[in-house]
Formats: sequence, structure tokens, C-alpha cells
Amino acid sequence: MAGSGVVTVYGNGALTETTKQSPFSVKVGLAQMLRGGVIMDVVNAEQARIAEEAGACAVMALERVPADIRAQGGVARMSDPQLIKEIKRAVTIPVMAKARIGHFVEAQILEAIGIDYVDESEVLTLADDENHINKHNFRIPFVCGCRNLGEALRRIREGAAMIRTKGEAGTGNIIEAVRHVRSVMGDIRVLRNMDDDEVFTFAKKIQAPYDLVMQTKQLGRLPVVHFAAGGVATPADAALMMQLGCDGVFVGSGIFKSGDPAKRGRAIVQAVTHYSDPQLLAEISCGIGEAMVGINLDDKVERCAGDMSVLFVPIYGGEFGFVDQIYNQFSTVKMSARCVNFLYPGYASLHARRLLTGLEQWHVANLCRNDFVA
Amino acid sequence: MVVGVLALQGSFNEHIAALKRLGVKGVEVRKPEQLLNVSSLIIPGGESTTMAKLAELHNLFPALREFVQMGKPVWGTCAGLIFLANKATGQKTGGQELVGGLDCTVHRNFFGSQIQSFETELPIPQVVAKEGGPPCFRAVFIRAPAILDVGPDVEVLADIPVSAIAIQKEEDSTESGKKVIVAVKQGNLLATAFHPELTADTRWHSYFLKMVPEIEVGASAIISTSTTTQSFGGRPIIDFPIYQ
Repeated sequence: MAGSGVVTVYGNGALTETTKQSPFSVKVGLAQMLRGGVIMDVVNAEQARIAEEAGACAVMALERVPADIRAQGGVARMSDPQLIKEIKRAVTIPVMAKARIGHFVEAQILEAIGIDYVDESEVLTLADDENHINKHNFRIPFVCGCRNLGEALRRIREGAAMIRTKGEAGTGNIIEAVRHVRSVMGDIRVLRNMDDDEVFTFAKKIQAPYDLVMQTKQLGRLPVVHFAAGGVATPADAALMMQLGCDGVFVGSGIFKSGDPAKRGRAIVQAVTHYSDPQLLAEISCGIGEAMVGINLDDKVERCAGDMSVLFVPIYGGEFGFVDQIYNQFSTVKMSARCVNFLYPGYASLHARRLLTGLEQWHVANLCRNDFVA
Repeated sequence: MVVGVLALQGSFNEHIAALKRLGVKGVEVRKPEQLLNVSSLIIPGGESTTMAKLAELHNLFPALREFVQMGKPVWGTCAGLIFLANKATGQKTGGQELVGGLDCTVHRNFFGSQIQSFETELPIPQVVAKEGGPPCFRAVFIRAPAILDVGPDVEVLADIPVSAIAIQKEEDSTESGKKVIVAVKQGNLLATAFHPELTADTRWHSYFLKMVPEIEVGASAIISTSTTTQSFGGRPIIDFPIYQ
């Protein structure tokens, strides 16, 4: 394998190359075939067929789309293998499925079903808040999320053959996806012009393996395929992601939470192909029905009116104080919000993340009764 | 000489990068009128269903068929092979439109799903005779199709024994000595079931370029802005590490 893969495997044993099957080049290869395409989240075989008809280059099987996970709360897990098998039978395009972060047994099950790609996804509930799956142990390729260059390179070192920027799943709001794509691309641009002597410190700063940092510098891009995800709801959103330099997009709730999924799906597929052609984009954006309503997470604490009573608490990195404050309020004041949703723990530091996990459990315990006004 | 690469979806960047290494300009083709500016065409790997859908939406099929019928060189890799074939099996429900022209029957996803994707050292005597180099080629098969049978005019450039790969397909487990065809040439049509654009070996690309008659140099100076080698915003296209 010397010199043949992107990830040079350290030591013996991390990757068993007993067969010629699925070395890293083959794993990355499939992702390269997906470039310039749209990967759509589907929850059943019927949606999978709609996605295939719309021109999706792959479908992602999961039990609920991110918008529903967000709205309903609870623990989100790998989908039922039976359902995945049905979806696999229904379409000829590659089928991906999500596994919880760190849940390598879910990944083993998905590999056994013969899925084409596993998404180790932060949209599902975390199974391990410290470790990700050692993806070198698998013959199937993995796609992982990232918010910045350091995180992307750490995932690649763990064996991810494809990277997607996280954005904010299930909101229909593109702002976080833009932020993350800009962050990754910006860091790469900085890296490209960096003095070689400074790369060691840069690698330390972004907490990424030095050799992958160096490889990224030489290539001027991530060494694996890089898709955008989270909040893509319109053809314009998809084209924006492509113009920012992504290789393709994932669309989750954006399609099947909209008025006319088939039409919108087709429009987004076309937008990704013709991303640099404003005239065509204008044409395909016309009359494609209602977009998903989405959620604006801009307000720090937003509470929907009426008996919906959905409370969103976005927690941005570094704001421990705010997290503590919310936490305290929750512990002391009971509230009427039937459902409390948090931004995915991505933003929060590990410290905050632990609090969040506690809170989520608390929320599952359904203690939400009294009045709580933020 | 300008080579067009069908850029609807898939590994078109990789093809353009490979052409660049040979000093040839590759341009992205997305619309029927852009086919008029190129002397030859590569249909890249990707999802053939997706590419067929997009081609249908933009009315590319008539133009592509005409391009093939004019006898201009066309090379299909993987999904491109499916495009060129006269007949394809194992398609999605409802089938898909094909360009046709290549007299053979292709089976989609012949080897199974991604977990059965593999790479192998493939002997390619005809290509080696023209291009030199080592007798084998590092062929990367990704959810690859295979050619089940070919017409009399089709020259077989490479095949692999089915037993070489552990195929977990029920219906094909019978004859172990059977071979499937993975690279063919018919007149000006070239088709491979694997992905030469994913390796550093450019022999297939130069083999294809030799099929292009050496005329029309600079005939396509005017190509719309969307087909330049610069991607949007002037960011140069940087491509993947190539597996040596």
C-alpha cells in the first residue's frame, strides 16, 4: 500500500490489507464518483425512488429526517436494517446510512447489510462523546462531518473517505453551512501560502495530524471529497455551496419537508450541475413550490407560540457562562415547553456538551410542565 | 486539440486533470451547443442514472447521439460505458435513456455494491503495444458495470476472470472460469468499466487521444465562460492526489 493511498497507515494492523478489496483508493473512489451530485435523505423506499427519479447521486437512509429529529427530540439511532434493505432494493444508486458517532457496532451492522457508505453522523444522538469510530477497521467507506479544517483532518486520519461540513441540520438555514465551508476553505487558503516552517505550529493549533496538514497544503484542497450539508433548502443554497468550493451537497429535510419534493429535488440536482450559470439557476428556481419553513436559530432563545412550545437554545462555542445560566434556569424553574431542542452539541465545548447531554436526558424525562420564559 | 468532458456529474475534474498532465486542454460540456466546439468527448464515471436524468432535462441525448454518429471519438468510463452501450441490464425501475452506438450488452453494478469494489492489475496488451509501459494497468473498479456480450465489430481490449473477484451474486456463481469484458473499442468508440482517471497512469488517456484525428487545432477558441479550466471565481481547479 506504500504511496498508494491518501492515508498512510501507521504501524501494522490498523488496516488489514489481506485482500485487494477496498483499499483507501477504492473507498475514496466512490466518493469521487459522487462529485457534482446531490445526496438526499430518505426515510422509506418510496422517497428513495423519488430521489432517484429526481437525479440524486446517492440516498441516505435514516429513520427520521433531521427536521423531525429536531422537532420530536428523543434518541435518534441507526435506522432499522429492514428498512435500509428495502431502500437498497428499491434503487440502483448508492445507498448510505447513518450511524451514531462512536457506535462501531451500528457501523458493523451497516457493513454487513452491504450498504455503500456509512455516515458517522452528529445528527443522530452521540454514542461516544470522546471517540469516533476507527474507520480503518472497515471495508466500507465512511463520511464524517466537520466544522473546520482541524476537525476534517482528524476525521480523515481516523479513516473517513469523504467529508461533509456540518452546517445546522434540520433548520433550512444555510448560515452555519456557509460559516463552516468558509472556515475550511479559508484555512486551506491560508495554509497554501504558509511558510513550511510554520506548518508544524499550524498543525498544533488546529489539532490535526502534521502529514495530512502538509498534504492539504500541497494539494490546496482537502485530500478527500468535500460535500456541504445542513440547511440546504433551495437551488440557490446548493449553488452557493458549490461556488464556495464544495464537491457536492447533502440535502436532508430540505426536499421531503417542502411542498413538492420531486420538483424541488430535481431543481437542486440541476443547480449543483449548473452552479455557475445564473440564467439557468433563475430558470430552475421558478415555480418549485413551497420551501421547507425552517427555523431561524438567530435568537438566542426562541420560543414558538401556542401549544407548539418549542424552545431552541443555540449554544455557541466558548459561551460556557450562557450554558450554565440556561442549565441553572432549567434546574430551578419548571417550564411548560413540551419540547426543548438544543442546537447540536457541535458548538459547545466538551464541558458544555456534557451539560447538554444531561439536559437532553432531563428533557426526555419530560419534566417540562410549568412556565418558563427566557 | 480540445477534448470535451461531459460535466453533468461525476469524475469529470479527474479526467480534465489527467488530460492536463498530457498537455491537452479538456473543457467541461454541459449543454448541447458546447458539443460543437470539441473534437472528441469523454463521458466520465459517476452515477449513470443521475447523468441520464440531467442529460434528459437539458436535451443532450439527441446531440450526443449525433456526435457519436458523426464518428467523432467518444470514450466512456464506467457510467459512460453504460451511456454508450446499445443495451443495459440491471437498470433502475423504468429504465434509463442511453446514447447507444456501442454494440454490446452492459450489466449495471455487475460486481455488487461498494463493498465489492476492488482494484486489480489488468493486462492490457493492445494498449501496451501502442503506448508501452508495464504490461498491466492498475484498474480501479467502483460499483462497476461489466460487458456481458459484444457484437462482431467490437474489439475486446481487456477482460477479467469472474473467479478473480469474490462475487456474491447468486445467479453468477455457476461457471468459475468465465470471463467478463471490461474494456472495448469499436471504431471511434472506447469504453472501460474501470476508472483510469483515478490513477496516475495516463496510458488510456493518450491511447484515446491518438484516436482523435490531428485536425481542428484551435478550432474551439471560443467556448463559453462556464467551460474554462478555471472554476467559478477564478479559483484554479485543484485535483485529488492520484494513486500511483
